[in-house]
Amino acid sequence: MKNSQSNGKTHITVSHLEMAYGDFVVMRDLNFTVEHGEVLVIMGGSGCGKSTLLRHLIGLKEPAKGDILYDGQSFVQSSLEEQKKKLRAFGVLYQGGALWSSMTLSENIALPLEEYTKLTPSEIREVIAYKLALVGLAGFEEFYPSEISGGMRKRAGLARAMALDPEILFFDEPSAGLDPISSSRLDDLILQLRDSLGSTVVVVTHELQSIFAIADKAVFLDVEKRTLTALGNPNDMLRDPPNDNVRRFLTRDSGTD
Amino acid sequence: MDSQAQKTIFKVERKGDKLLLHLSGVWKLGCGIPDIDAIESSTDGKATVKGITFETSKISGWDSGLMTFLIKVLNYCQANGLDFDQASLPDNLDRLLKLSQAVPEKEGLGGHEGRGNLFHRAGIASIHHFGEFKASVSFVGECFLSALGLLRGRRPFRWRDFFLVMQEVGVDALPIVSLISFLVGLIISFLGAVVLLRFGAEVYVSYLIGYGMLREMGALMTGIIMAGRTGAAFAAQIGSMKVSEEIDALRTMGISPIDFIVLPRMLALFLMMPLLAIYADIVGIFSGMLISKSLLDIAYPIFLNGMLEAVALPDFFLGVIKGVVFGVIVAISGCLKGMRCGNSADSVGLAATSAVVTGITCIIIANAVIDWIAAVYGI
Ligand SMILES: Nc1ncnc2c1ncn2[C@@H]1O[C@H](COP(=O)(O)OP(=O)(O)OP(=O)(O)O)[C@@H](O)[C@H]1O
Ligand SMILES: [Mg+2]
Repeated sequence: MKNSQSNGKTHITVSHLEMAYGDFVVMRDLNFTVEHGEVLVIMGGSGCGKSTLLRHLIGLKEPAKGDILYDGQSFVQSSLEEQKKKLRAFGVLYQGGALWSSMTLSENIALPLEEYTKLTPSEIREVIAYKLALVGLAGFEEFYPSEISGGMRKRAGLARAMALDPEILFFDEPSAGLDPISSSRLDDLILQLRDSLGSTVVVVTHELQSIFAIADKAVFLDVEKRTLTALGNPNDMLRDPPNDNVRRFLTRDSGTD
Repeated sequence: MDSQAQKTIFKVERKGDKLLLHLSGVWKLGCGIPDIDAIESSTDGKATVKGITFETSKISGWDSGLMTFLIKVLNYCQANGLDFDQASLPDNLDRLLKLSQAVPEKEGLGGHEGRGNLFHRAGIASIHHFGEFKASVSFVGECFLSALGLLRGRRPFRWRDFFLVMQEVGVDALPIVSLISFLVGLIISFLGAVVLLRFGAEVYVSYLIGYGMLREMGALMTGIIMAGRTGAAFAAQIGSMKVSEEIDALRTMGISPIDFIVLPRMLALFLMMPLLAIYADIVGIFSGMLISKSLLDIAYPIFLNGMLEAVALPDFFLGVIKGVVFGVIVAISGCLKGMRCGNSADSVGLAATSAVVTGITCIIIANAVIDWIAAVYGI
């Protein structure tokens, strides 16, 4: 049932990706694919390189080796203009929200709409109100990011990421800093977006509940082995753990007793 | 409390092929952490020692001080192939120690700079500086491409930011520019009074002030003020946007941070700096006029006539051109340092400092170059 939306076409392909900061190799030889309309969860211990992988996927960092393809076309090797065109189809939620602090929430959401659509100002205002309502922030249009809480900033960041109804949504720890109710609402929202718009979703998260609730597919990055050690549906992984680190991650086993 | 109870005590005892460490007293951070020399000296060269056990029943209080000591002993044991008898520790200590060992240390870290010998460090520093230089050049190139794009009407422009920055670097800077140029005019006329009076040529103080303010000091002082005021502000603003991933957010939205952030600032300074320089000229000449009157008793009309005879329009335009150049320098150095800022709060501070230093250095170099060109062409 989960895979109902995936129409079997490969959307993102990561092949032999090696990520490094200078000489320090964070992860090597990553290989996985994501289908259209699939929800991919990137999981792994803190500091293993999940945010770094996300930065590679959205073109903020160049791979040390390997390639990333969108719909079969290399993202890494395409020209700056082509990359820009692809970026328009991305929506990104950063770990800290990353709202533009000199603009109000409505201006934050309006910016991509003004850049890339021909909507009139009043139409834009309606879209903004709708997007803010989706994340439970109706009425906060004229607030500055510094005037709202961390969790609210994150939700506003989500509203901005969704502004253009992107083909792919990237989330870096969307539920960190959210209360349990907002967090589960967010899971629902992610699934809703996938079902209604057919968006592909890539989520970095530690939350086991979220992982089991939303993921069609999960990749597990292992700090010790410096590569991907498990790929597949998390429920299957839990039933039949491919290795001990994955089992311990999915069962919250700290291994000290 | 008596001093005995506050002491950290440990004794080493040989027991078969093991060392028994008697730990007693208070093991707290405030009491200091003992060296493990005693253990080293009783194991060194004696291959018969196979391990270390502990006797801890007389410890009357402990905190991280004890843990730090135990980890030191544990590392020593691992390095020398000794057996560390964790079971002889009380339960809670044992558990803390296990926790601290649960995640292996990060390996394969590229060594941090500063290690190695002088040549190694010099090499790393030059590579780093060369990288910075390349980044600066490509940044300046991008800025000009972006400005060209704007001229051709290809790029969207943030008018709102532009006007905001205009106000910030224009009207808001007037008080400080007034004060400094007033004082600079005063300094030049004091200088003129002292030097020229000796030759009986005090009438020419007007020449000195007019020439000095218009050609040099007006633009130079505004440039330096703006580097300290606006350059630093740009670097700090953009740097903190970098830290909170706001710049990344622009990029992934397909919006060039150069078009969006740098261009409005550059253009605002480009327009405002010459105006500020002209304003500084006027204030400086005015203050020179006041001082000449009170110090040298030169009447205003004589001062003005003398000055207008000496200085000409090219002198004025030289100052204006300097203003434009300095404005671009301040904007570019501020924005560049902001964009090259690291990912932490202290790198924002560093970025601001380095923006000011770079800005002022470049302004003074540019000033010398422009003066030289002017001298060659006889302007
Ligand atoms: N700018 C940087 N320069 C050098 N090393 C970095 C940099 N950013 C991250 N790293 C290193 O890369 C590794 C992965 O970092 P990353 O931020 O991707 O972790 P993460 O999996 O997102 O962790 P978390 O779950 O805590 O957010 C870490 O070991 C970190 O030390
Ligand atoms: Mg992260």
